[in-house]
Amino acid sequence: MRRNLQDGADPGWNRRAFLKVSAAATGGLLVSLYLDRLALAQEAASAAAPKVYPPDAFVHIRPDGTTVIQVNRLEFGQGIHTALPMILADEMDADWSHVVAELAPADAVYADPVFGIQMVGQSSSITDSFTQYRELGARTRAMLVAAAAARWKIPEGDCRTESGVVHGPNGRSATYAELAEAAALIPVPEKIRLKSPSAFRLVGTKTRRLDSRPKCDGSLKFGLDLDVPGMKIAVVAHPPVFGARVKGFDAAAARAIEAVRDVFEIPLARGTGVAVVADRFWPAKQGRDRLRIEWDLAGTERPDSGRLFAAYRDLARTTGNIAVARGEANAMHAIPESRRIVAEYEFPFLAHTPMEPLNTTIRLDGDRAEVWAGSQFQTSDQLAIAEVLGLKPAQVAFHTEMAGGGFGRRAVPDSHIQREAAAIAKRLRGVPVKLIWTREDDVQGGYYRPMHVHRVEVGVGSDGLPTAWRHVIVGQSLVAGTPFAPMLIKNGVDSTAVEGAADTHYAIPNFHLSAHHPASSVPVLWFRSVGHTHNTFVMETLVDELAMRAAIDPIAYRLKLLKPDAKRVRSTLTLLQEKAGWRRSVPREHAVGIACVQCFGTAVACAAEVSVEEKRPRIHRVTVALNCGLAVNPLTIESQFQGGVGFGVTQLMSKGAITLKDGRVEQRNFDGYCPPYMKDAPAAVDVHIVPSDDKPTGCGEPPVPVIAPAVVNALFRLTGKRYRTLPLAAL
Amino acid sequence: METYKLVVNGHPMEVATDPGTPLLWVLREELKMTGTKYGCGIAACGACTVHLAGVPTRSCVVPISLVGRRPVVTIEAMTGDPVGRVVQDAWVSHDVVQCGYCQSGQIMSAVALLKAIPKPTDADIEQSMGGNLCRCATYVRIREAIQIASGQLK
Amino acid sequence: MAKTQGTTKSTVTITLWGLAVLALLLACSSRTASAQAASPERSSRIDSRTARVEGLAAWDQIYSVLTHPRCINCHTATNYPQQGDDRHRHVANVVRGAEGKGVAALQCVSCHQEANADTTGVPGANGWHLAPLSMSWQDGNDRILPSAEVCRAVTDRSKNHDLDGPGLLKHHTEEPLVLWAFQPGRGIDSNRRTLPPLTHDAFVAATRRWVDAGMPCPPIK
Repeated sequence: MRRNLQDGADPGWNRRAFLKVSAAATGGLLVSLYLDRLALAQEAASAAAPKVYPPDAFVHIRPDGTTVIQVNRLEFGQGIHTALPMILADEMDADWSHVVAELAPADAVYADPVFGIQMVGQSSSITDSFTQYRELGARTRAMLVAAAAARWKIPEGDCRTESGVVHGPNGRSATYAELAEAAALIPVPEKIRLKSPSAFRLVGTKTRRLDSRPKCDGSLKFGLDLDVPGMKIAVVAHPPVFGARVKGFDAAAARAIEAVRDVFEIPLARGTGVAVVADRFWPAKQGRDRLRIEWDLAGTERPDSGRLFAAYRDLARTTGNIAVARGEANAMHAIPESRRIVAEYEFPFLAHTPMEPLNTTIRLDGDRAEVWAGSQFQTSDQLAIAEVLGLKPAQVAFHTEMAGGGFGRRAVPDSHIQREAAAIAKRLRGVPVKLIWTREDDVQGGYYRPMHVHRVEVGVGSDGLPTAWRHVIVGQSLVAGTPFAPMLIKNGVDSTAVEGAADTHYAIPNFHLSAHHPASSVPVLWFRSVGHTHNTFVMETLVDELAMRAAIDPIAYRLKLLKPDAKRVRSTLTLLQEKAGWRRSVPREHAVGIACVQCFGTAVACAAEVSVEEKRPRIHRVTVALNCGLAVNPLTIESQFQGGVGFGVTQLMSKGAITLKDGRVEQRNFDGYCPPYMKDAPAAVDVHIVPSDDKPTGCGEPPVPVIAPAVVNALFRLTGKRYRTLPLAAL
Repeated sequence: METYKLVVNGHPMEVATDPGTPLLWVLREELKMTGTKYGCGIAACGACTVHLAGVPTRSCVVPISLVGRRPVVTIEAMTGDPVGRVVQDAWVSHDVVQCGYCQSGQIMSAVALLKAIPKPTDADIEQSMGGNLCRCATYVRIREAIQIASGQLK
Repeated sequence: MAKTQGTTKSTVTITLWGLAVLALLLACSSRTASAQAASPERSSRIDSRTARVEGLAAWDQIYSVLTHPRCINCHTATNYPQQGDDRHRHVANVVRGAEGKGVAALQCVSCHQEANADTTGVPGANGWHLAPLSMSWQDGNDRILPSAEVCRAVTDRSKNHDLDGPGLLKHHTEEPLVLWAFQPGRGIDSNRRTLPPLTHDAFVAATRRWVDAGMPCPPIK
């Protein structure tokens, strides 16, 4: 779906009008400090508007009827490349069979309406752009109708639209393609009417992805596949310990390789490294392998997993910064020890390892630069590249490429990959360079889901429900030191570390939650479902334990414990009860575990059928019930939930941990850090959506947190053991 | 640098490269055929799967010097292959892909499986596809699509 | 031989005869194992004991090679091969398959070619595949079997593909996968794989000595 920059210029839409129209914020949070820095860049970008990259509007109707719709954020598998155009095309009454989607380049007009920057994360694409894309579609339709009405000299109300055609009275009709030029001259209307949901033709239907075929025949180019004429390949030798610097290096053996063009030191986000530039990837990698580098480790922290866990365990026994203090602080004292549960949990660092290794291609040409990257954070990445190159963001044309997986790994506040690539492009001046991180770079390069320790004490009432809950969470802050800090850190608590626990949907009186955020030189990053990855595991395994103690069915227990206003979660647990009746009659040696979550607005409940095979959990079947409000594309949603619960097994894998020893990451590739393969993921997943017309929320991350606790809850019924340390050791 | 004569998707090709260069990178960079993907470089993920003399092969670990005269077939040829086409169609009709990066390798493995076992059992599928990594975990739909394709093969 | 008069002369004669018989028997026992004399003579017991001791010593050497990772990683009792000096389970969930060659879309030769691929760290030799289950020298929990058990597995013709002594010697001398173990190439970290404790020549020589000694096995404890 690559945009060809050479083809057809400005489609004629009034971009500034759209800017006004589409940027109408729906209120909500703005990352203000971040925006201060970025707003200047954005304004500069729209003011300068160089010919090299004029951003398209959201819709371009070609003479042959092809309707090109711009997607304002990265597609990395989650399906918004199809869902967002569906929304726009529906309001527009476009002919879906002629719709083509493109990933929009970096431009202020493509910012997320709520966050104010161009980004994808927090499963917010549909949540934030649903109304935006509806309005864009409705406005486009209105302008086409106005053009037809003007041509036929009839009232607009006498026209109706269907499948890319405007119909007038007496059998008149005109295709959108025929009307496009005239419609471009119509002033963009401010007030428009949206369809009533009952009139939706696409939204709410199972619609196949637009990008399937090219992903199945090898023709779709990911960032790693791009070939820019004259391009060189760069790989970088990164420090073996975070923050180390190059003391000296011997490049003789590397330079002896014919295709190696240059070897030089570059600054990194942390420390320095050595870049090797070659004509092709293989000689670049060979060159790097032959480098002899002496590293200066002075002043580096040399984090060690064993030492960190010990320190975290100590911290977990002390109160941290208060996140929630509800009810009586001393309520636990009144509860006899026999009615208390004390549980300690340990979670390791996790690497995202998207299938497409990280890469960026940049060409610096005097006062212009061109970038091709699969970025979840286009605005800040563009800004970072501009900084390194000494340009204004408006001088950096940033193309968004289809990415092979993201999971948060491509949304990096410090734009470290882009900065590396820019530093190399700067040196190569005029020669395009593709920076590739090998899989080893990826596994060892940091930006992990942080390690965590939890310590929870639960006091159980005589009715089996919790009457006191004292919870300490220890883990690095994701946003400290980034522009997101002011918004997401309150009272010293990083909200991304406590989500899923602090905002629990369970009615637990006397609830006390605090957090410690020790600093470390290990770079950390949000990992698909973020705080829910560990918090949901803790909550759902403890609630399961409570249900067992009370001898109440785990779904019934949760329903009983829910806050009255937890409507979405309630609806999913109720639907799960209905759809998972099979859980009463599983074979001997099988057991069923339950878990639920509300993650970024979407509620999920699941039942997992598990047995033990070769000392590992074998997941035979998962039934999922979810409530995401209006389901825009139930087919995508089904896929996201089937895949998401498979992804969530990452935490359970026997080699599902990144560990450090004296500062060095011990794993290097999929041999040492092993994500789920087919046999590790559930063999069958049936997905059920609670019918709803409520505002839609996202589905990318919500499936992930439920599977790990559901599986270990099932395992308890098979082995009698509670598993509170991940990853799961041999059973 | 040495010159190697290859047959790729039925076409004779000649490349000049280092003997140790993996077939994967010869395909991607010398022949500009980027359908075959780099996922790990240590044969752990299967994204680089091609057919070498009919054998599904992980091209990231096969140096060009060991290919010899064996014909190479890549994902780009699957549209024209009777089993390949059925598999691709099943993948599309069943909406298997998410990010899609692993799917070239998945399809090449699935085609090899179906050519050897036109009516595979669930166990056959899990064993043959069990070494292909998908981070999006599209495994459930891959299983189903293979059965769909199997049902459509004559 | 002429009879001599008197007791002393007859004793000497008998002793001379005894020595001659002993010499003859010694000469017989130095032939191949299958020609070993069945005579319970004290002299032949000394011969066979020495041969057995030497044969067991040779077996010890063979056992040290067979149980080295380069060999035992494919002589498993499980559904999968092993890798590395720590003998961990092979990556990518490869499995044995009906003939020890993997399964339809994931064969041994999907990665392992006819020669070592040193630039990519994958070992190779002609016909890469797993040893049959009958020739496993580990138990189902990846534990190496004791010497006595391995010896019996190796010499059991109902399990070892009907190989007799010469057949085993030939296997150790010529089989490509055996030869590979002594030239195993480099791993993905570019380091040479560790070698078995003997050179191939010494391994063959030990095999020959062991076969000559009648392929003795240590007693089962």
